[in-house]
Amino acid sequence: MWKYFLPLVIFGLFFLLLKTGMNDIMEGKNVNELPSPLIDKPAPQFELPSLTDPSKTVGNASFANEIAVVNVWATWCVGCRQEHPFLMKLAKSGSVPIFGLNWRDNQAEAQRFLQQLGNPFVDSAFDADGRVGIDWGVYGAPETFLVGADGTVLYKHLGPLNQALWDEYFVPHIDAAGNTK
Amino acid sequence: MIPEIGHFALILALALAILQGVLPMIGAHRNNVAMMSTARTAAVGQLVFVIISYACLTWAFLQSDFSVAYVANHSQLALPTMYKVAAVWGGHEGSVLLWILLLVGWTVAVGRYSRSLPDSFVARVISVLGLLSVGFLLFALLTSNPFDRLANPPADGADLNPLLQDPGMAIHPPMLYVGYVGFSVAFAFAIAAMISGKLDREWIRWTRPWTTMAWIFLTCGIALGSWWAYYELGWGGWWFWDPVENASFMPWLIGTALIHSLAVAEKRGLFKSWTLMLAIAAFSLSLLGTFLVRSGIIVSVHAFATDPSRGIFILSFLGIVVLSALLLFAWRAPSLDSDAGFSPNSRETFLLLNNVLLVVATIVVFYGTLAPLLYEVLDIGKISVGAPWFNKVFLLPMLPLVFLIGIGMHTTWRSHKGSLLTTRLLIPAIVSIVLGVLIPGVLYGRFGVMVSVGLIAALWVISTSIIEPLRSWRRAEGAARITPAVLGMSVAHMGVGFFILGVTMVSAFNVETDMAMRAGETVEVADHTFELRELREVQGPNYSAIEGVIDIRKDGDYVAEVRPQKRQYLVQKNWMTEAGIEVHWNKDLFIALGEQLGNDTWSVRIQYKPMIRFIWFGALVMALGGLIAVTDRRYRSTATGAETT
Repeated sequence: MWKYFLPLVIFGLFFLLLKTGMNDIMEGKNVNELPSPLIDKPAPQFELPSLTDPSKTVGNASFANEIAVVNVWATWCVGCRQEHPFLMKLAKSGSVPIFGLNWRDNQAEAQRFLQQLGNPFVDSAFDADGRVGIDWGVYGAPETFLVGADGTVLYKHLGPLNQALWDEYFVPHIDAAGNTK
Repeated sequence: MIPEIGHFALILALALAILQGVLPMIGAHRNNVAMMSTARTAAVGQLVFVIISYACLTWAFLQSDFSVAYVANHSQLALPTMYKVAAVWGGHEGSVLLWILLLVGWTVAVGRYSRSLPDSFVARVISVLGLLSVGFLLFALLTSNPFDRLANPPADGADLNPLLQDPGMAIHPPMLYVGYVGFSVAFAFAIAAMISGKLDREWIRWTRPWTTMAWIFLTCGIALGSWWAYYELGWGGWWFWDPVENASFMPWLIGTALIHSLAVAEKRGLFKSWTLMLAIAAFSLSLLGTFLVRSGIIVSVHAFATDPSRGIFILSFLGIVVLSALLLFAWRAPSLDSDAGFSPNSRETFLLLNNVLLVVATIVVFYGTLAPLLYEVLDIGKISVGAPWFNKVFLLPMLPLVFLIGIGMHTTWRSHKGSLLTTRLLIPAIVSIVLGVLIPGVLYGRFGVMVSVGLIAALWVISTSIIEPLRSWRRAEGAARITPAVLGMSVAHMGVGFFILGVTMVSAFNVETDMAMRAGETVEVADHTFELRELREVQGPNYSAIEGVIDIRKDGDYVAEVRPQKRQYLVQKNWMTEAGIEVHWNKDLFIALGEQLGNDTWSVRIQYKPMIRFIWFGALVMALGGLIAVTDRRYRSTATGAETT
């Protein structure tokens, strides 16, 4: 009779394997994706004209000595529109300054985007040819980096951001940085 | 407004699916005819609401309603109308909706064509299908709602993935899904039989055409995917052992085993619990494939936008469905088995070997696909299992299998007198060995062990499967003709032979070169000259492209002109390769543009692919064989017989 239970036992073991793999993913131990090589390394240096006022520049100097968020966005990117309301909320809360990297975009359209939907950014760098994006290892917008006060990259998120992701992955880093100060 | 109607219709469909899952099951248990008869009605009602929902999503695509997030992510104003329709299943959410549509469609068909079966059995089958539908509808509504709105709709969408903007790719997913969903009928049948506690031959006969239909679609779907990968990815390969390819191949292998074991179960009443097990496995592997593709647990070129919450949902669904099916199996299967004997030299033995070898092949693919995850979870390092491993190990069960096909087809049930190899199969055996050894050397100028083994296998399968149709054709007028069931089997096996022929020749005599060319230059590859006449810019509706115009000549005679393109799609900015392929029945000349190396200089990939068409042609012939077998009268005679009584 035991042979009729064999499939059940085999599947049970296999199910445990999948469950463990899935738990790893849920805990953020992404089993496939290589973590950004930039994490715990100094953020790549850049200096670009500001999107809103081309006479000014935006670069690492703009957020030196404070913890900051760098968000890679573009008007052609649907995920950016999706996360935009959350960025507005985050900006209003004032917990951490947000800098934008407007990536491979059209300047006029990007300015109009911010006028119509609101501007959550302290300032946005205008990266028309995507060169800074390459230095930062950007796969595709939106991507969000958390940069520490000492200029090292603390965390990187791929894809649209929301409150749950923010609380889970960004807030612990910000709290830890606050405690060691 | 329309998207909200679609969303609402989906919720109503869920309500009906719950009714369909619960009432007929209770009715069958209590022998309550009124409750059982709700099965068909609920299924039709569910189908109506799912069609409404699906139509609403299609409408949103046709109207380019970018306030719907799914549309904004998978369409664009300039997208040709045909691809707007196909884009409905171009992403995760819509493809789940398509899956549901097909599942409910099959359910209604099951209700329509099951009048010959006892009411309680049909009620249970439809109820199980309803419960599966509840799972998928919950999945769509809770984690993957295709009707979610965007607060700030963009002026234009992000475009359908350019890889999917191709006719072959547009119909590839629906084909596969029909196959997967088709196996859910075999699954529901197995569950219903186990709940009933008995398994009539009549019921087994009833499931055979359903399983074969599912298998036909899966065969075509996989072949289409392979064909598409060949001309669209620009590498000239036709199978990559990618996890997602494997995810569709495993149900196919088990489905093939199931078709064969159903034959034994129907004709001889043997292998009953084994057949139930295969029916459960075929559908479970379809579900597993869905999980692997959509959870992000395995790396693949096919990756959908992954989301762990979806992975958790499907995994739980998979767990509930498969665990309950296997518990039921452990409880009920022992009482269903009979122990009628059969001699070692009988068709039963060959079909048993067929099943064992196909299951071993599935285990090979299964291990290769999931080993990286196993190593990761057990924390014993990282490995990646590549195509060379699969190519080698997969042959181990497959080679004996193809040699057994030839004998098994001609062996009789119960016990076969005498040895076929010295009588009927002697001539095919000699012919295939002689030709298999000679052809490579005479026609292609090179002998080789593996080529000959492959060729002998191919010729053996083809020649042995031609015997039956040939004998029937030569029989006198009025004598008994070959039945569609036997003809279908012969044709399907012939398809296997064609397929092996293609695979063998391509792997042995394939020529691949990459070279830098500028306009006006000529190169020679595999006895053909290729002249790059010019490079020019071309505009498509939603892409711009560089096109190479290449003249092919053989011995100075003009053969053809091909125009490979390198396209850049305007919205997503990625480059796509559109290969230029000159097709002959016995060879392909495959030309693709690689990278731009400098001013006017491009790397050009030129490949010579002997007999590669036989790979997909073989798959088509297999599917055709299935189709012929399904038309056999004995599948219908029971149904019409029952209707007249």
